[in-house]
Amino acid sequence: MKKPFAYIALVGGALVFAYPFVWMMLATFKPEMEIGRLALLPSEWTLESYRLVFESIPIGRSFLNSLVVVLIVTSSALLFGSMAGYAFTKINFRGRDAGYNIILFTMMVPFMVLLIPLYTLIVKFGWTDSLVGLIVPFMMNATAVLILRQSFLTIPTDLIEAARIDGCSEWRILFTIVWPLSIPALTTAGIIVFIGNWNEVLWPIMVVRNEDWMTMPQMVALFSVGGGAQSKLGPQLAAAFMLGLPIIIAFLLFQRHFISSLATSGLKG
Amino acid sequence: MSEPVGHRPQTRREKSISALKRALGTSGGSRRAVSDPGRMGYVFSAPYFFHLALFFGYPLLFALILVFHRWDIVTPMEFIGLRNISRLLQDDLFFRAIRNTGFFLVIHIPLQIIVALFFAELLNAKLKGRSFFRTVYFLPVVVSGVVVAILFQQLFAFETGYINGVISALGGDRVPWLVSPAWAMPSIALMATWKNVGFYVILFLTGLQNIPDSMYEVAYLEGATTWQRWTQVTLPLLNPMLVTVVVLSTIGGFSLFIEPYLLTGGGPLSSTLSALLYIYNQAFYFNHMGYAAALGIFFALIIFVVVLLQRRFVEEDIY
Repeated sequence: MKKPFAYIALVGGALVFAYPFVWMMLATFKPEMEIGRLALLPSEWTLESYRLVFESIPIGRSFLNSLVVVLIVTSSALLFGSMAGYAFTKINFRGRDAGYNIILFTMMVPFMVLLIPLYTLIVKFGWTDSLVGLIVPFMMNATAVLILRQSFLTIPTDLIEAARIDGCSEWRILFTIVWPLSIPALTTAGIIVFIGNWNEVLWPIMVVRNEDWMTMPQMVALFSVGGGAQSKLGPQLAAAFMLGLPIIIAFLLFQRHFISSLATSGLKG
Repeated sequence: MSEPVGHRPQTRREKSISALKRALGTSGGSRRAVSDPGRMGYVFSAPYFFHLALFFGYPLLFALILVFHRWDIVTPMEFIGLRNISRLLQDDLFFRAIRNTGFFLVIHIPLQIIVALFFAELLNAKLKGRSFFRTVYFLPVVVSGVVVAILFQQLFAFETGYINGVISALGGDRVPWLVSPAWAMPSIALMATWKNVGFYVILFLTGLQNIPDSMYEVAYLEGATTWQRWTQVTLPLLNPMLVTVVVLSTIGGFSLFIEPYLLTGGGPLSSTLSALLYIYNQAFYFNHMGYAAALGIFFALIIFVVVLLQRRFVEEDIY
């Protein structure tokens, strides 16, 4: 393909994907009246939309809820995922391959099969309207196990055995030898679990009805659809922008990791 | 592939190691460290499988029980035999949701493949600034679907929306994006493509970069035109990735929830009612837990069949 044409197409594509976000960011500073107009910049900058958001919903608290949920889920998925991945690659025990096949099977079952029975289980445990109900069902992640296992396979077994001969416990081998050698895989698995959990919205909508325990995507979604925004566009866009911003910043800082990690999840997951 | 290197020799080596230790008279502590691994395998994988049994195994079995019951989660379950299934087979909305998903996929998948291939091909040329473009295209992928849906609620609005604003400024007629039953699902498919296509650009780019240059050289020496090189070399070698993309998009299409939930509530006239939205409504508006579970299983079976057919079809089609 000719170079000038390629650049025109690439720049056109960039505009299509980035311009809506830029427009949205600027629209949150416009007076409500102006949002429907085509001008990019506000004629008069105002924080009215943000004031309305903070006045009507505890969005700061929902941000903290999301943060707590996603941090516990991600660290747990990495910890238990690497324990399982280590057992699958570096320890010989009966039933190991069967166990691994079971995990592969769980990945083939669409979540919609489990949705209702899992919800009724959470109700039975009394975990609705709590962060526990958002955290515990997702503390283990099959994709994380797969990615970590794949990486552990490349670590020479001799190295592990040498450590065993030196009297190293399996725990110490995992945390002081295997982990430092698997930073890329831990990053990949961590990003996949983090993004998936941060953006999850159906499960919180099912399990949490009390504003105090809502996650941020849930709160913003219900603010928009539930009439809290009084069908004003400014506050909805402001809430949405606040929801998107942390991920956008994280993405721009670590874009290479994000892209390769999520591509990995598509290829292996 | 699942066997680590040296599966058998390892046990033999372990034996010789313990023999060595016995000869050296090493303490019991390190003997434990050598013979323990087998037991530690269970210790290390136990938390995962305990969790799996409780939050995967149990719900899976319970789903199969729920199918035969009527249950509003408050009063006791009532066994109703196959009534949920017979009801499902006569449920117009169930078939509506399947047709809607099919309609969504028919627009979304080809559009996504064409756009993603186009940009992947551009980015595969060693142009300056390609990592910048890659980043920009990927941006909507990482952002929550809630953000994208709220953004498009404005962009798609009939009177005040940005897109119609541009169209009418250029002298065109306003498009009833989300308000007409004919346009609502295509609009959502368009939005989903905008959100996801960056992901598939990367997948195709990976696929393109895995094609060895020598293949193109051979095609060049054979005197193939650009188009022939594309259809004879690129596409066949990209086939595995194409299958992956089609399958992932299909699963994604069946997981459509937050977009119709936020933008249309499944309307107008059920034209954007998705599988998950219908399950959600049955469970949480009507408290039909048994029926919702039956719907979940049926939609999953449909995904399974569709994906199997796609694998077959796509594989045969290209070769």
